[in-house]
Amino acid sequence: MGALSKSEQWAHDMRCEIIEASHDVGKQGVHLGSALSATDILAVLYADILKYDPLHPLAEDRDIFVLSKGHAYIGYYAALAKAGFFTPEDIKAQFMTDNGWLPVHPVKNLEKGIEFSGGSLGTGMPYSVGKAYALKLAGKNNRVYTLVGDGECDEGSIWEAFLCAAHLGLDNLTVVVDCNSLQQDGPTEEVLGVDIAALARACKWNVVEVDGHNHEELHKAFTQPSPNQKPTCIVAKTIKGKGISFMENDNAWHHANMNEKQFMQAKEELS
Amino acid sequence: MIEFTPKIIKRWMMLSTRNAFGTFLTDLAEDHPELFAITADFTKSTGLTKFKELYPKQFLTAGIAEQNMVALASGLASEGYNVFASSFASFVTTRCYEQVKINLGYMQHNVKLVGIASGLGVSHQGNTHYGLDDVSLMRAIPGITIIVPSDCTEVAKATIALVNHKGPAYLRLVGEGFIPIVNPDDYEFQIGKGIVKREGADILIIANGTMVNQSLKVAEELEKEGVDAAVVNMHTVKPLDTALIQKQMQGKKLVVTVEEGQLNGGLGSAVAEHLASTAQAPRLIRLGIADFFPHAGSYPFLLKQCGLDTESIKNTITENIR
Repeated sequence: MGALSKSEQWAHDMRCEIIEASHDVGKQGVHLGSALSATDILAVLYADILKYDPLHPLAEDRDIFVLSKGHAYIGYYAALAKAGFFTPEDIKAQFMTDNGWLPVHPVKNLEKGIEFSGGSLGTGMPYSVGKAYALKLAGKNNRVYTLVGDGECDEGSIWEAFLCAAHLGLDNLTVVVDCNSLQQDGPTEEVLGVDIAALARACKWNVVEVDGHNHEELHKAFTQPSPNQKPTCIVAKTIKGKGISFMENDNAWHHANMNEKQFMQAKEELS
Repeated sequence: MIEFTPKIIKRWMMLSTRNAFGTFLTDLAEDHPELFAITADFTKSTGLTKFKELYPKQFLTAGIAEQNMVALASGLASEGYNVFASSFASFVTTRCYEQVKINLGYMQHNVKLVGIASGLGVSHQGNTHYGLDDVSLMRAIPGITIIVPSDCTEVAKATIALVNHKGPAYLRLVGEGFIPIVNPDDYEFQIGKGIVKREGADILIIANGTMVNQSLKVAEELEKEGVDAAVVNMHTVKPLDTALIQKQMQGKKLVVTVEEGQLNGGLGSAVAEHLASTAQAPRLIRLGIADFFPHAGSYPFLLKQCGLDTESIKNTITENIR
């Protein structure tokens, strides 16, 4: 195995942080499966793609990242810590603590790199459309990136936003769908079976399908220019719980806590 | 620049509150490049046709997609725009309630929600189109200012105030077509400050929207029967002008609230919540729609059905004074 790329190293470190932070909060449980499916996407974005400066979090030329699937919070916090908006010690002190500024679902906090109070599904994406449109009107070059879940695509507001963004020609908007194929009631295929790529194409989006754990593919999808003023939808096939063998593709880990034995095994697998 | 001369105000009477809103916002846009108007397939209904023509880069129709409209408006607001998002009151509050809660309430984005055709004004169209629970719903969200103007003059005043106000708000526009003039001359309007329309010694009537005019008529009728009623135009439901209530309730036998909306959580509830924790508060009766879906019909028919025509209001008050 060759040396890890920067984003691969970040993804590895983030997974370690996800496991540590989830262990730290004890029996309360964390949305582990969804954070781990999104880790590689977040790592590529924060390591290589997004323009930001943690020393100037409000910089006008920063790219905007909106976590629409708010329940991937712990992956998001791990990414923001890697990016330098805060530290792993901050996660320890603030995550799921009374009055802490890192509650389960993120609270808008621009100083800490958090652009949107996500958590209620289907709310972040239309917000991103407004954001991207405002930036376009101002003639700015910043891009807007949004991460939504495949289960989240059951929400009608997601498709209202899909239609609107294409109509407005928002080629400065990239939406990544973390397709881990599992939602609370079971496999997405069995719940509604939404063909997200086909629908996005029907909404006149530029659609790219990738392996959501393959950094090279993700990198390419993020950097290739969008044709014809279309917004881009990256349909990223992922594995829920990716990286921890006993969590992979097991919906019991959508929201759960590890016992000591599982914690040790998870750490072992990541080392 | 909007001028408030008696002659101009008289002309506004011919506008509905919704057209008045669109007209005033268009006038104000000239000096306010930060204004943005967005609507959900109701450009003409919200009086924004001219706004769209003159300021195409500050205007958007979100399609018939209110959830998208409110969240998108908030994205625009986060980049510095003062966004007015309008649709029928019913659709812009209930359909996208969660988006309002999160984007305007929780994150405090600078978006003004404008609900046209609120109350019973759309008469025969029925309960899918009435705006009866909008005030209750908006009140339940922390941090949203709620304004209910009493006529087109006050729509102008409220629109100006909201253009200069930073923070989320709900502007509730009642009445369909013609709406009587309650404010014939220029006057001082301040968000959160009620206006005494009539002084009186015996009872205090607190109303807003169409019910201000109605209450003033009732006060005249009561005068004939020897009851001296004060009338307060409580155009801002939130924040409620409790200081004015406190002052005006002194020595009164009865406080009456009148609103063209559900009693569950509206203006009357706000006043009741205040009086309940006020020592020696007078008795309160609340008039409005008492927890039912009115049967559709003409506007006068609806008012009578809901006990909001002048005769019913007067009778309820006299019954409660004795």
